[in-house]
Amino acid sequence: MALTRRQFLHLVAASALGVAVLSPARPASARRRSGPAVGLLVDVARCIGCRSCEMACKRYHGFPERESADLSPTAWTVVRSRSLDRPRPHLILGEGGAGQRTYKVQCMHCVEPACASACPVAALRKTPEGPVVYEAGRCLGCRYCMLACPFQVPRFEWDRPLPRIQKCNLCAERLARGDRPACVEACPVQALQIGPRDAILSEAARRIAETPDRYVPAIYGAEEAGGTSWLYVSDVPFEELGFPVVVREPLPAYTWKALGKVPALVITVGATLSALEFFLRRRADLNGGVR
Amino acid sequence: MARLLPVGRAVLWSLAAAAAVVSVVRYARGLGAVTHLSDRFPWGLWVGFDILCGVALAAGGFTMAATVHVLHNERYRPLLRPAIVTGFLGYLLVVAALLVDLGRPYRIWHPLIMWNPHSVMFEVAWCVMLYTLVLALEFGTMVLERLGWTTLLSIARVSLPPLVVAGVILSTLHQSSLGSLFLIVPGKLHPLWYTPLLPVLFFLSAVAVGPAMVTVEAAASARAFRRPLEAPLLADLGRAMAVVLTLYLGVRVVDLVLRDVLPLVTPTTVEGALFIAEVGGGVVAPLVLLALPTAHRPGTVVASSALAVAGVVLNRLNVAITGMRAGTGAAYVPSWMEVVVTLGIVSAGVLAYLWIAEHLPVFAAPAEERAGG
Repeated sequence: MALTRRQFLHLVAASALGVAVLSPARPASARRRSGPAVGLLVDVARCIGCRSCEMACKRYHGFPERESADLSPTAWTVVRSRSLDRPRPHLILGEGGAGQRTYKVQCMHCVEPACASACPVAALRKTPEGPVVYEAGRCLGCRYCMLACPFQVPRFEWDRPLPRIQKCNLCAERLARGDRPACVEACPVQALQIGPRDAILSEAARRIAETPDRYVPAIYGAEEAGGTSWLYVSDVPFEELGFPVVVREPLPAYTWKALGKVPALVITVGATLSALEFFLRRRADLNGGVR
Repeated sequence: MARLLPVGRAVLWSLAAAAAVVSVVRYARGLGAVTHLSDRFPWGLWVGFDILCGVALAAGGFTMAATVHVLHNERYRPLLRPAIVTGFLGYLLVVAALLVDLGRPYRIWHPLIMWNPHSVMFEVAWCVMLYTLVLALEFGTMVLERLGWTTLLSIARVSLPPLVVAGVILSTLHQSSLGSLFLIVPGKLHPLWYTPLLPVLFFLSAVAVGPAMVTVEAAASARAFRRPLEAPLLADLGRAMAVVLTLYLGVRVVDLVLRDVLPLVTPTTVEGALFIAEVGGGVVAPLVLLALPTAHRPGTVVASSALAVAGVVLNRLNVAITGMRAGTGAAYVPSWMEVVVTLGIVSAGVLAYLWIAEHLPVFAAPAEERAGG
């Protein structure tokens, strides 16, 4: 997660070339793309923990407007806070906010989502615009998406007889009509920004490059799980904030390595067994076997 | 009649009934009301035991069918039918468990029309559906025989070899794919179990446990139905199992060495201790027993088979539960109601097996004892 300076410089160079460099075409998804996919930035250094984003999300989606401790079926985004071992002044709150940092969490909307590749019925899918959306009418409730998600985001309605999966949909319907997501709209300190993903990556890199003594040289989400739509910059190392350490290769590629061999396996096993059956039956017949 | 005490049957019936009651609560009040599953730990005992072990332990069906119908090794024919019955019942029980575990069980057929070829679960769903159909047809010949429908029976006999080949292909695919399911959690599954070879290991262990289950089952039926144990056949099954288990152990050890995780094999951690129990008790111990001069004795073969079965069960539980605890940060222990459902489903399987063994020509050679029942 924490980049070395050299890796970081590579990233800055690559971000100018856009998302294609970071995640070349792979089998699972992200093949056709009509416009530039969306990217969103969380600047942890700016977040004051006011929870306006969390409340705006709940209001817009009609969920109970209470603070939530963790993501839930009725809390698609929540603001987490983390006490710091070594306090350092907050960009906006100063010494008063030195003891902790706050940041919002939600579905990361991976460029190549593990959940969408895991779902047997394609109830979860990555739209060309960026959001990973869920179609409840297809879902079996097998919960493989929950197992697969490296960020442990999808939530299940455990107390319902006929449950659904619940997670942030990036306000896909608002994006479609040109509006910003409810959470981004609500942020009073511009800790949240939205734009084309490559532009947001460049913006993240720019902030780090221009104020290297403030930001840690890492963009969380640039490469995690092959890249995510939500990107984070921070003035505190991401490990210290409790961000999960996630592999850099897109997760669908891990299962595809096995799944891609299925056709060849079917042909090999089928042909071998059929040949064996034929010859061994002939031998048994010739030997006057008891068939 | 089976020599099973009325008390034994009563216990099995009560467990099955208790499982039915818990299922009703689950459908009325949700999975949260009966399980200890959580958002961080969405798969528990039902997936780990009922589904992963259920499918693995039903592997006797395809291994014996391949031996008799593809390799034309007629000696094993007496063991084929019990293996098919166990296999068929095993898959029916897996489907039963799925119907309790799935959030929306009435959509279990959705993968038929809603495709995602990039999903391992999609492949598993198709293979399990098709293979259950294959097992139903293989099992159907026993029913036809009992009913005396000779025309249909002769058609069934001719179509058996291609059907069995299809069954072996489907089994190869989904036995391995149950391992592939976990390839997508490199950050969550403990390195003692997470390996790109998961599908290979799942397949090999299923092939090894096939003859082991057939042996355990033959020993159990010999007791229950007062039938003689076929000692020479069992000795051969033991040898077959030893070959596959050796191969499995070799792949397992080389994999651990290449991935540089051997130091994790230590009894001081929960994972390490359960790994030692799994591989030591379930793979090394049966191999040692089968290497002794007494390896040909039915008692030795049955004991090593029982160990191998326990080893596969522990392996699947370790992958689905033990190995996932640290990586997900969740402390999952199944609730008593989850345990009741699992026990109830197994009980229902045993009761169904007893009924079938008493009413269909399972142990009879074809054409003999047709009137028996």
